[in-house]
Amino acid sequence: MSASTSSPSRHRQLGLTDEEHALIVERLGREPNNTELAMLSLMWSEHCAYKHSRRLLRRLPTRGEHVVLGPGENAGAVAVGDGLALAFKVESHNHPSAVEPFQGAATGVGGILRDVFAVGARPIAVLDSLRFGEPARSPRSRYLLERAVAGIGHYGNSVGVPTVGGELQFDPSYEQNCLVNVMCLGLAPRRRLIRSAAAGPGNVLMLLGALTGRDGIGGASVLASAELGEADEHKRPSVQIGDPFTEKKLIECCLELLERDLLVALQDLGAAGLTSSASEMAAKGGVGLDIDVCRVPLREPGMAPFEIMISESQERMLCVVAPERVASVMDVCERWEVPATPIGSVTEEPRLRVLRRGTVVAELPTAVLIDACPLYDLHPIQPALPIYGPPPAELRGDEPPAETLLALLGSAGLASRRPVFEQYDPIVGSRTVRRPEQADAAVLALPDGSALAVAIDGNGRRVACDPRQGAADAVYECAANLACVGAEPLGLTNCLNFGNPEKPHVAWQLSEAVEGIAEACEALGIPVVGGNVSLYNESPAGPILPTPIVGIVGRLPDAAAAGRLAFAREGDAIGLVGRFAPSAAGSELAKLRGQPPAGPLPVKESQAVRDAQAKVRDGIRSRALHSAHDIAEGGLAVALAECCVAGRVGARVHAPVEVFGEDPGGAFVVSGPREAVAALGPVIGTVGGEELRIEGVLSVAVSALAAAWERGLARFV
Amino acid sequence: MKFGVVRFPGSCDELDALAAARRVGEAVLLWHAERDLQGVDAVIIPGGFSYGDYLRAGAIARFAPVMEAVAEFARDGGLVLGICNGFQVLCEARLLPGALLPNTSLRFVFRQVELEVADADTPFTCACPPDRRLSIPVKHTTGRYFSPEPVRVVLRYAPGHNPNGSQDDIAGVCNEAGNVFGLMPHPEHAVDPLTGSTDGLSIFASIAQGHVRQHVLA
Repeated sequence: MSASTSSPSRHRQLGLTDEEHALIVERLGREPNNTELAMLSLMWSEHCAYKHSRRLLRRLPTRGEHVVLGPGENAGAVAVGDGLALAFKVESHNHPSAVEPFQGAATGVGGILRDVFAVGARPIAVLDSLRFGEPARSPRSRYLLERAVAGIGHYGNSVGVPTVGGELQFDPSYEQNCLVNVMCLGLAPRRRLIRSAAAGPGNVLMLLGALTGRDGIGGASVLASAELGEADEHKRPSVQIGDPFTEKKLIECCLELLERDLLVALQDLGAAGLTSSASEMAAKGGVGLDIDVCRVPLREPGMAPFEIMISESQERMLCVVAPERVASVMDVCERWEVPATPIGSVTEEPRLRVLRRGTVVAELPTAVLIDACPLYDLHPIQPALPIYGPPPAELRGDEPPAETLLALLGSAGLASRRPVFEQYDPIVGSRTVRRPEQADAAVLALPDGSALAVAIDGNGRRVACDPRQGAADAVYECAANLACVGAEPLGLTNCLNFGNPEKPHVAWQLSEAVEGIAEACEALGIPVVGGNVSLYNESPAGPILPTPIVGIVGRLPDAAAAGRLAFAREGDAIGLVGRFAPSAAGSELAKLRGQPPAGPLPVKESQAVRDAQAKVRDGIRSRALHSAHDIAEGGLAVALAECCVAGRVGARVHAPVEVFGEDPGGAFVVSGPREAVAALGPVIGTVGGEELRIEGVLSVAVSALAAAWERGLARFV
Repeated sequence: MKFGVVRFPGSCDELDALAAARRVGEAVLLWHAERDLQGVDAVIIPGGFSYGDYLRAGAIARFAPVMEAVAEFARDGGLVLGICNGFQVLCEARLLPGALLPNTSLRFVFRQVELEVADADTPFTCACPPDRRLSIPVKHTTGRYFSPEPVRVVLRYAPGHNPNGSQDDIAGVCNEAGNVFGLMPHPEHAVDPLTGSTDGLSIFASIAQGHVRQHVLA
């Protein structure tokens, strides 16, 4: 070994515990040198090894009749008929976005796109889920919102992948730790899907795409696996810089390489760069890889081997190519102006060797890199005292209902997202059947006349009230969004955004939430095909609200029958479908009244949720219904108002329940001919007029509702 | 009728334009590095971010080998349609007058906008009646048209629909000869009732009809 042996305390600086370091020494039979220690510290970080969450995640159901690729690949995939597979995944880029929101969010998009085309699928849609501090009180949160949205638009728009949906919420707990979760969907012929397992000793390892620089050195351990403190400006050099033009060429180039069947394996470079990608490719294939760092094209001179091995420079892919096909690969890459360089080879022995001018500078068995990292059990303890304080109050609580409704619609949490989604291209690709604000889920046409539907959802306030039920409700609500366009769920991906799991109360939130997601997925028969975990989202002020984000994809048989949320015709009956037991706990109204997230959530009967969703789905598919909208944040009153504003028409309703209470996922507002609506549930009113009138409660002109709703977020963006 | 759709590295809407053109005729992709226009009857420069557009939008693409052929084709009276980035490229190539500046909002904007056909006497708008309003989406950051000289305006944003602050609500212009047309809105994204309006189809239909008429007269 040419590199020097690491000093005793070095492992601690790199985030490894003394026990982990001792285990490494035991497994290697020697002290690792500095290059090896840098590589291992990243591979054994929470971000790469999921050491605090892996055991828990085994609880999630992963099997389903449509599953083509499950957890463990770059992205999961489900069959969507006609020989096509839909790959999808959600991933977080929270900490980079908190440090530098534009590049953090942009490279979040870039990273998830690569995960999807790494399995051979053409990216066809992006959705994003964002959380920030209160925009009314925090200039920093307005800045983060503005720059993160600009970053997502910059990257997504420039690569020609439409941003078709998303969600955005605010809470003081996200002040220091904003959340930027991005989901991507990709479509591929099933036969073209490719795995990342390296194979065939003697085959060539090639690096495609951008040059390797010093950006993002140690990002996985520095940013993603430790709490953010007050003085994090010095971490800015750890944030990567995105280049969507290079990504665009890389996408087209990789898809052409796959179409021509020139690759044995393909893998993106994400967190921990070459180290992680090469380790995973080797481990999955049960082979080894030799990498010569002198052959890696560099953006700056004088980079040490460990820097080259852990650089997180963006827009790079690693592939394995049979020697006789290297020339053809180079030809395709040259046509797309994508640099392609052989940097190593596949070997028999399952180890990753790093060479520099013929000298071995690191040699690590893949078993130590990938499998030896200890997995930790959480030590969950339900907290005796509330974790989160009350949010600032916007309402006194004694306002008349009409004023309350206008305040809810005009709140940053519920107002129109137009100021955000107008900065994204939702239509490139010519598949988008339902754009943002037309329906509860985005709908994308497939070549055979059917369509995909996708939605992304999460509600940290409800999860804070009751992690198990709140997380289950996120699944139910996301599936409800799909039902509203007529789609049946095929698969789910999730991103678990939580605080420090080594703290018992966060461990409790996390384990309860995973249980809730598992229960809801089992109840609805939805397999979890992949996901991501983002822990340590804490600041000195405490953890973020526990925020599991779920993305569900589904399919509907007839794209032209896709549902809309707007009330469509005067005289249509308005119906309430599903069992609805609204409560104030964790509601938007409770938040506006300055109440902390607390109290039991309504318990759902899963069969009732299934039945309600099936009724709405079938009503939309058969075109018996003219509109469908799930009753979520803001309760029945807000759901009705949204249907009125979208249709620019009023409604007269007799509400059978408390109008601002919430019980998301199992209840819907639908409209259509009276017989069709009455067949699904109680008729509660009629579409028509110029005001929303809830008998005995409130009456507000639709124009006033629209004005409040349109202004609510626009005033901050 | 055969359309050629140019594909630069960084083009995003080239396949959308290809599919839209195929609704009214044949269409092929033209590679940026090649000078052969494959005998097409009309050229479409599509939307996107050619060569990344990290400099000024369209500033690099105008130097692409294919643009030499397109310029010659235009000089000979061939029909050239530039959409969004294509409009920017045609201005940079001086095949159209004026320039496209950053939107007054300095932000990317996606919006379904209403347009008024200001000049129905062009090969690109002859199938739209002059009083006809078109509903077509825009999506761009650099779409504020400006020209110090008078220009032949073909499309205007309807009152209240200007998304970028362009001079005189200009959405699309053509050259004096009338054979080169650039517009910021995306007609290729308004050709199918499933995904939006169908008003953009009239642009493609105009080109195809003009071509048929030309051949009948010849």
